[in-house]
Amino acid sequence: MASSSTTVPGAGPIVGSRSFLSKLREGDEIARLITFIFAAAVVLVTLLLVYELWRDSVLARQKFGLAFLWTRVWDPLADQYGALPFIYGTVVTSTVALFIAVPLGIGAAIFLAELAPARVSDTLEFFIDLLAAVPSVIYGLLGFLAVVPLMREYIQPALKKTMLPIFSGPAYGLGFLTAGVILAIMVIPFIISVSREVLLSVPRDQREAALALGSTRWESTWKVVVPFARTGIMGSIFLALARALGETMAVTMVVGNVVAITPSLFSPGYSIAAVIANEFTEATGQLYSQALIELGLVLFLLTFILNGLARLLIIATSQRGSGMGHA
Amino acid sequence: MTNRLRWRKLVSGFMLTMTGVCAFVAVSVLFLILGYLVYNGGTSINWNFFTKLPTPVGETGGGMANAIVGSGKLLLLATLIGVPVGFLGAIYLAEFSGAKTAFVVRYAADVLNGVPSIVVGIFAYALIVAPMGHFSTLAGGFALGIMMIPITLRSTEDFLLAVPKALREAAMALGASKWKTIATVIVPAAYRGILTAILLAFARVAGETAPLLFTALGNRYWSPGWNHPVESLPHMVFTYAISPYEDWRRQAWAAGLVLLGLILVINILARAILSRGIAVPRS
Amino acid sequence: MKKIAGLLVAALALATVAWSQGALLINGAGASFPYPIYSKWFDEYRKAHGNAEINYQSVGSGAGIKQVTDGTVDFGASDGPMNDEQIKAYTDKHGYGILHFPTVLGAAVPTYNVPGASAALNFTPEALAGIFLGKITKWNDPAIAGANKGVNLPANDIVVVHRSDGSGTTYIWTDYLSKVSDEWKNKVGKGTSINWPVGLGGKGSEGVTGLIKQTPNSIGYVELIYAAQNSVPYGAVKNAAGTFVKADLASVSAAAAGAAKSMPDDFRVSITNAPGKTAYPISSFTWLLIPAKISDAGKRNAIKDFLKWSLADGQNYAEALSYAKLPKEVVAKEAKALGSIQ
Repeated sequence: MASSSTTVPGAGPIVGSRSFLSKLREGDEIARLITFIFAAAVVLVTLLLVYELWRDSVLARQKFGLAFLWTRVWDPLADQYGALPFIYGTVVTSTVALFIAVPLGIGAAIFLAELAPARVSDTLEFFIDLLAAVPSVIYGLLGFLAVVPLMREYIQPALKKTMLPIFSGPAYGLGFLTAGVILAIMVIPFIISVSREVLLSVPRDQREAALALGSTRWESTWKVVVPFARTGIMGSIFLALARALGETMAVTMVVGNVVAITPSLFSPGYSIAAVIANEFTEATGQLYSQALIELGLVLFLLTFILNGLARLLIIATSQRGSGMGHA
Repeated sequence: MTNRLRWRKLVSGFMLTMTGVCAFVAVSVLFLILGYLVYNGGTSINWNFFTKLPTPVGETGGGMANAIVGSGKLLLLATLIGVPVGFLGAIYLAEFSGAKTAFVVRYAADVLNGVPSIVVGIFAYALIVAPMGHFSTLAGGFALGIMMIPITLRSTEDFLLAVPKALREAAMALGASKWKTIATVIVPAAYRGILTAILLAFARVAGETAPLLFTALGNRYWSPGWNHPVESLPHMVFTYAISPYEDWRRQAWAAGLVLLGLILVINILARAILSRGIAVPRS
Repeated sequence: MKKIAGLLVAALALATVAWSQGALLINGAGASFPYPIYSKWFDEYRKAHGNAEINYQSVGSGAGIKQVTDGTVDFGASDGPMNDEQIKAYTDKHGYGILHFPTVLGAAVPTYNVPGASAALNFTPEALAGIFLGKITKWNDPAIAGANKGVNLPANDIVVVHRSDGSGTTYIWTDYLSKVSDEWKNKVGKGTSINWPVGLGGKGSEGVTGLIKQTPNSIGYVELIYAAQNSVPYGAVKNAAGTFVKADLASVSAAAAGAAKSMPDDFRVSITNAPGKTAYPISSFTWLLIPAKISDAGKRNAIKDFLKWSLADGQNYAEALSYAKLPKEVVAKEAKALGSIQ
């Protein structure tokens, strides 16, 4: 006699209801299995991606080793490859971008979080979110046809008058500076929206305490609220940086596409993403393509680390904000 | 009022005004971009643009019909790949999984989200183009689909989790099994948010060019089926913008306008759907 | 939800069915040097023989060589012939060879954007080498001014523009510079992708022309038709015989005259710095790279048919786009070689 699996106490085994129940349970099991497969697929795809990057760069990694990261030479003719010019270009353009985007972004976030009335703040945030949705190639289009002439005719000659070494050399319009400016516009929305959120999450009593002690509006913001949200804001900057590092189309259309390491921002250069985009389809020879894939691996690792750090910082701030300040 | 106080108040007023300026600058960029595109591309959007194929180099009168259709096909495929994985994966995370698995899946999705689009292109090339031996819509759609997965997954999970417990408990009290609860109660309750997530993911990949460079290649003609190289709007913007031909450049502006217009409309639509509120009244 | 899913599936089915036309789609990729004439050819060929659509992507000779070697396209195109190493790599991979078919003759011209200099400039080989080596940095340098008496050259910095992608035009240009300048030959060499001493990179001939148009005081090298179609001035170059010659149909054909008689069987030949008073020194053949074996019968017949057409009717379109026709001897030799495509 089959053991009863129903839970109704006192009742005997009800064969009909048990198979009905188990059918239901099976339905759940099927649903669980199916959705699990898809969830696992996400993990699988990610692992596969990293694996492919690793496997398809093996020749280059074996030949050049870690020195790949600081070798200056990129010579397809001699089959010698080094990542330094591209790492340099990626870092320089992203630094210029942050230089411009961070003050502007934090300033705008402060305005949206502290000063603007809720409706205005939400409307402006709406527009900022739309700005974040503009695709890279559109920025490239505008960069190449509108910003480059502007840089070449007006901005670069003006900067040249300062006689600083970073603003020396002929004013091409294309180059590190222009790429940095375009990248700045692209990453500002990220800094603004994340910073605005962390600033909004700072407990009210922090501000009120500062004001009660006689600080001006600005002082309470700058000396109390912003430092409180400091780690989250740092997180937003890392996020922006990770985004800037990986940008391809906008950069390749304005950076000049030249393998060069120079101190001047007017000089044309290259970035990791741009060189992959330009040379991947024409890399004849195993070592050449694998060197480019190794560059992709380097880029992936950079963004991976930065994104990880960003997330940690942002989580840390929100925990801090919610854990304190109960009036 | 002491001098020092007056100074501090001045600084305060000035700095706060500056933040307003920053916000103004940031927001006005959006309108500058739109304005530039409308000014330069508006006049080139004509019947030819939507219905004609590209003409030989140097000849005028061509259009982007194949690029528009090509983008449509690529995005269709991307949605068919990205949405089921993201949606069903999110259901697993929200309804079935334990904390550890959830952490791993979420982490993988975040990593995938952060992968630069050019690297996704390399991945799709290695996985699909190289074994198949040629470029194709399939490879391009796959690359875009991969990019849609994390966005769909995380957002859907958030919206599913936001459905009030009361609803789940009520359904279970009425004897519904878990999957029935999900299918008939939870998902419909969160459907606005899920739709928004899908639309936003769609808009995000609609403008992507880099992953298509080594997967879809490009095509001057119609691309039948899924096995051939295909043209796309973002790729046309790229190719035509850097060319020297006036006619091509005008078409690039027009294509940019159409592309950006489409993306903005989808974004606005998505947010409008969401702001109508989650379809469950808060108790 | 269901409605949306249903819509998606319907759209998918439609997309799969609606565009499965009967036309045969052939894919090729490569040089931007001949892109104007190729795009015209493929369009005209499709009009005349409606069943074959040849999709050609102008991605640069380097990419053309790689993709035909990888087999991701049905044919390639390059203005720098594949070298022995590349041919060996192809044969090793596929088990059969790759054939070079010259299609037209073209010229790489020095294009520039010098505000105020309205007349066509003359360039000596030394000037060109010096500019691209980065040693001559100003437009009014005596090396340039010496050949351009009476022209008002500004004292501005020269902006050199070259190709950022692997390019047959680069191959032609550097092949010429290697012949006329020992310093260039030893320092830089020739190839489709080289280590440029100086300059900005543009993608494709289209990108370079676009950059020159946008950038004052710039100089670059592109195929003749790009300069002509976009009204960008280009200069005359001093040839081996000492005359300043501007690129045009006659001077390019003159450069090929010698090679026509002694064309090697594999059609790989360089005609830069050709002898002859009227020869334009930076001329070149451009080749289609066709696999020696094409397993798909439909594609094979279409490609062979197209090649035959290009040697006959196709040649008539060349001159309108400033490409010179192939010499008769070369056409005859190629017609015979068509038979070796299996």
